[in-house]
Amino acid sequence: MAQYKMHLLVCGGTGCRASQSEKVVENLNSEIKKQGLENDAQVVTTGCFGFCEKGPIVKIIPDNTFYTQVTPEDCAEIVSEHVLKGRRVHRLLYEDPETQKHIEDSKHMGFYQKQIRIALRNCGFIDPENIDEYIARDGYAALGKVLTEMTPSEAIDLLKKSGLRGRGGGGFPTGLKWEIAASNKSDVKYVVCNADEGDPGAFMDRSILEGDSHSIIEAMAINGYCIGAQYGLVYIRAEYPLAIKRLQTAIAQAKEYGLLGENILGTNFSFDIELKYGAGAFVCGEETALIHSMEGLRGEPTVKPPFPAEKGYLGKPTNVNNVETFANIPVIFLKGAEWFASIGTEKSKGTKVFALAGKINNVGLIEVPMGITLREVIFEIGGGIKDGKKFKAVQTGGPSGGCLTEKHLDTPIDFDNLLAAGSMMGSGGMIVMDEDDCMVSIAKFYLEFTVEESCGKCAPCRVGNKRLHELLEKICNGKGTEDDLEHLKNLSNVIKDTSLCGLGQTSPNPVLSTLEHFQDEYLAHVRERICAAGSCKALKLYTIIADKCTGCTACTRACPVAAITGEKRQPHIIDVDKCIRCGACYDKCKFSAIYVQ
Amino acid sequence: MGNIKVKIDNIEVEVKRGSTIYQAAKQVGIDIPVLCYMNLNHMQIENRPGGCRICVVEVEGRRNLAPSCSTECTDGMVVKTKSIRVLNARKTVLELILSDHPPKCLVCSSSGKCDLQELAQRFGIREVHMVENAEVSTYRKDASPALNRDMDKCIMCRRCETVCNDVQTVGALSAVNRGFMSVVAPAFEQDLTDSPCTFCGQCVAVCPTGALTPYDDTPMIIRALADPTKTVIVQTAPAVRAALGEEFGMNPGTLVTGKMVAALRSLGFDKVFDTDFAADLTIMEEGAELLDRITKYVNGDKDVKLPILTSCCPAWVNFFEVYFPDMLDVPSTARSPQQMFGSIAKTYYADILGVKREDLVVVSIMPCLAKKYECQRDEFKVNGNPDVDYSISTRELASLIKSANINFDKLEDEEFDLPMGESTGAGVIFGVTGGVIEAAVRTAYEVFTGNKLNRINFEELRGLAGIRTATIYFGETPIHIGIAHQLGNARKLLNGIREGRYNFHAIEIMACPGGCIGGAGQPLHHGDSSVIKARYDAIYKEDAGKSIRKSHENPYIIKLYEDFLGKPLGEKSHHLLHTHYFDKHKI
Repeated sequence: MAQYKMHLLVCGGTGCRASQSEKVVENLNSEIKKQGLENDAQVVTTGCFGFCEKGPIVKIIPDNTFYTQVTPEDCAEIVSEHVLKGRRVHRLLYEDPETQKHIEDSKHMGFYQKQIRIALRNCGFIDPENIDEYIARDGYAALGKVLTEMTPSEAIDLLKKSGLRGRGGGGFPTGLKWEIAASNKSDVKYVVCNADEGDPGAFMDRSILEGDSHSIIEAMAINGYCIGAQYGLVYIRAEYPLAIKRLQTAIAQAKEYGLLGENILGTNFSFDIELKYGAGAFVCGEETALIHSMEGLRGEPTVKPPFPAEKGYLGKPTNVNNVETFANIPVIFLKGAEWFASIGTEKSKGTKVFALAGKINNVGLIEVPMGITLREVIFEIGGGIKDGKKFKAVQTGGPSGGCLTEKHLDTPIDFDNLLAAGSMMGSGGMIVMDEDDCMVSIAKFYLEFTVEESCGKCAPCRVGNKRLHELLEKICNGKGTEDDLEHLKNLSNVIKDTSLCGLGQTSPNPVLSTLEHFQDEYLAHVRERICAAGSCKALKLYTIIADKCTGCTACTRACPVAAITGEKRQPHIIDVDKCIRCGACYDKCKFSAIYVQ
Repeated sequence: MGNIKVKIDNIEVEVKRGSTIYQAAKQVGIDIPVLCYMNLNHMQIENRPGGCRICVVEVEGRRNLAPSCSTECTDGMVVKTKSIRVLNARKTVLELILSDHPPKCLVCSSSGKCDLQELAQRFGIREVHMVENAEVSTYRKDASPALNRDMDKCIMCRRCETVCNDVQTVGALSAVNRGFMSVVAPAFEQDLTDSPCTFCGQCVAVCPTGALTPYDDTPMIIRALADPTKTVIVQTAPAVRAALGEEFGMNPGTLVTGKMVAALRSLGFDKVFDTDFAADLTIMEEGAELLDRITKYVNGDKDVKLPILTSCCPAWVNFFEVYFPDMLDVPSTARSPQQMFGSIAKTYYADILGVKREDLVVVSIMPCLAKKYECQRDEFKVNGNPDVDYSISTRELASLIKSANINFDKLEDEEFDLPMGESTGAGVIFGVTGGVIEAAVRTAYEVFTGNKLNRINFEELRGLAGIRTATIYFGETPIHIGIAHQLGNARKLLNGIREGRYNFHAIEIMACPGGCIGGAGQPLHHGDSSVIKARYDAIYKEDAGKSIRKSHENPYIIKLYEDFLGKPLGEKSHHLLHTHYFDKHKI
């Protein structure tokens, strides 16, 4: 086996592949061959590095060089300079936006400095389609340890001690969930991996499945052993083709190695995994809806109890955990509960992966210890707000979460703090907003999503969210009243209080949190008919500055609704009631006489 | 197991483990409002999707409100059913539902019987606080020969879905679309006529609003009655007389045969006849067919199809045409009483009257919606003219009586007209599950053995259990009989036969719970099984009071054969009283 001096890790995640990373791999390989360096350097297609903003990423080890936005044309230079001569290609190095200096070692990048990668430990490091690389990183050692050295109850105890909580949104203690499933007697039980990632902008589950599918297989097998299940099912969105392919490859490899199937590692334990494809309905992330969808029924939730741990897939006890939760499991068994529990806050242990998006410099996937502040995440890891604008709010927890503001920037992030602040952890979406964002419009945007994604089973979610959206639309159109704000609040509270599943119970959060933190903005919309951020078109106010108007009548002719009147060579006037805010006059005026508020 | 204690509105109550909050509250007289919840206890079917959220209550220690219909009590649970939080939530949710419902109560056929309307009154809703011009979900209207779907009025309670799938196993209806546009419909939102729907109408019977309503031919009947060139005659099914009174405030099970006849005569029908007469005729034909098959079987004919299945119930006929097309030669070929009546009326009786077929209008009053479909089937028409022109339900007859200013309570009893108004007790019991087969046995026994029956009541064939079996001895010969009501039970029996697990000679099937007395055209029983039981008792009471209780002893039936038909299963019978079935499988 060749002993390579150098490894070129190229991101093969969906994002980087979209910007030609496969071609980069191809070119790097052919250049290496051309230079006769096949025995010195190896190109590895890995999972996601998280730094999607600047993809495609090529990382070179052992010197931790981090090249960003690498094009297929850059490959010749990388090979001839870096691989052959040991000289870094400076123009491709990451440039710190503040100091404008190229950073040579990725360890010094602000993006990575505060991250602790547990769930993402192998993403961007190993070739996910090669089981040997996973095994070389202690892969399947945890399964071996659990199967040969621990009883199921010892293993569950260890997990309970670690303090791991579900990463899918609710934050239910994982060990306890396993214990309940284990305690329900049945010949047949199921382990389900919830890979129905649905929050807009969140893609951690996809990245883990694409970059480290074996960790999920290993964790599911451990789960099976602990609760007495023989079958595992991965409910995965059909629109994740790469993740599906890698998972299928990994399952086949694991079977070949005897790590899945009959009598795993020579023990009495047998476990098999099957994939079930989802059609992308957001509500199917809710575990009862997910189970119904797998059963071939309409993807809609049912009242709990009974919980899946009691009556789940095909009526059998079923444990459902999300991808990121599973990704934490093997490490916990290898490094111990104490190690895991030493990271994070009192009630939220370990790390959390967040998908940073919105008006932030470093868009991407990050994994940070619980307890880190929003400030650290947004300004240090995320590199601050784009274009030097002012931070306004951050939406955590996707459409079910709430907007947090300036005053929350120093709150340590964990399950309970986010809940107390009127938001939630959710699956870890984090969308940053700046001064140009209108919070009423933001709330409306999220409601649009929930209205689309409601399954329609319960009345408050089916009709209530629609009505919330209509109210928000009315306010954005400048037709809102203060009564509407009261109504908005009552309706939101009732929907939260009465909806059947998590979707409806959280869907009004964006409304409630913006109502609370940005009340002035709502009041400005309904009282003064002003949208300070300038994003509500209907609230734009066009007026003519008399001093500048020459009375050229160009605007009069441009106005499609005859809202502008005036004598020739005299200042004109816009009739506000007639104006439809189309902006035609503004575009036509050569004298900057039209003022937009 | 054992009992647990809960506290509801400060009242301590001990309930069985597994009881819901709704049930516990009921136990102490607290009537929590419900909408989607439906308990059909006589079918052991509960619909509690937890979808309407009207029945929410506050549970101490719980973050959000709990749906009382589907939340089980736990020991020590403290519940508030009328706190301001609960009342506000309920009212707001009801307003939401109303905001997506057409506000046309005044002209809705379910007005006065609508659960949503009743709740709006109960909650004192005077205004729906929503955005002006709030969007309302609208859907394509769907009309079938038996029932209409106006899904703009659907509130997604899913009761129809439960009945169609869990009770009847027809599988025509399920929730489609998502979110605001969610609605219950046949797959791909196709028309009911293109779906496996059997028109049993049980979905209509449980719909809380006017989303599912019967197709109504009453206006055509009024027009025919007013037309001097038409002779209009009417037949009334046995189950109607045991339920019609309920629409006029009488107790369930009140027999109103005489008042019904008087009302129909007062409405202007030229002759008022009884479907029971045709039921007797059915027994002559179906009984003969049964005996024919059994005799052949006893004599060693291995090709004979047994068991023989009854074919009076049109929803059942539709069901086996869709789901058991491989067994089309098993059911009896005898037409249903409604169709036998029509066929005889438009031949034999038209001749007696000297009226042309086209000028004779035959109306039927049925407890059933599938009968509306049945009378439109092509094989029951002659040159496009149907044997039975219009079929209306018990409820529609009540409306017709009310609209004609008839004071039903005060009517003096009147008798049916002759010849087709004369019937036996055997004809009457066609209205209940087990009744058709009992009527057949009463006749077949005597014909087979040549002996008079010692007892006329066959208690072993009676009852309201979903599937029943009994063995009756025709002399030395044991006759194994199976009985099922509700199509889900019929499917179980049929599957057993298809797989060769059962060894029956005859099977009676009725699609509706309790048989025709629980038909979808009857006054709504709202899941109260005692109503069904009362009608059941009334039917047997009517039977017991009849002087003649065996079909073959009906003098006018005897005369009909002598004057017109010849003999059962004869040439004329074959044309006028028998039919054939079609393969209508959908998938």
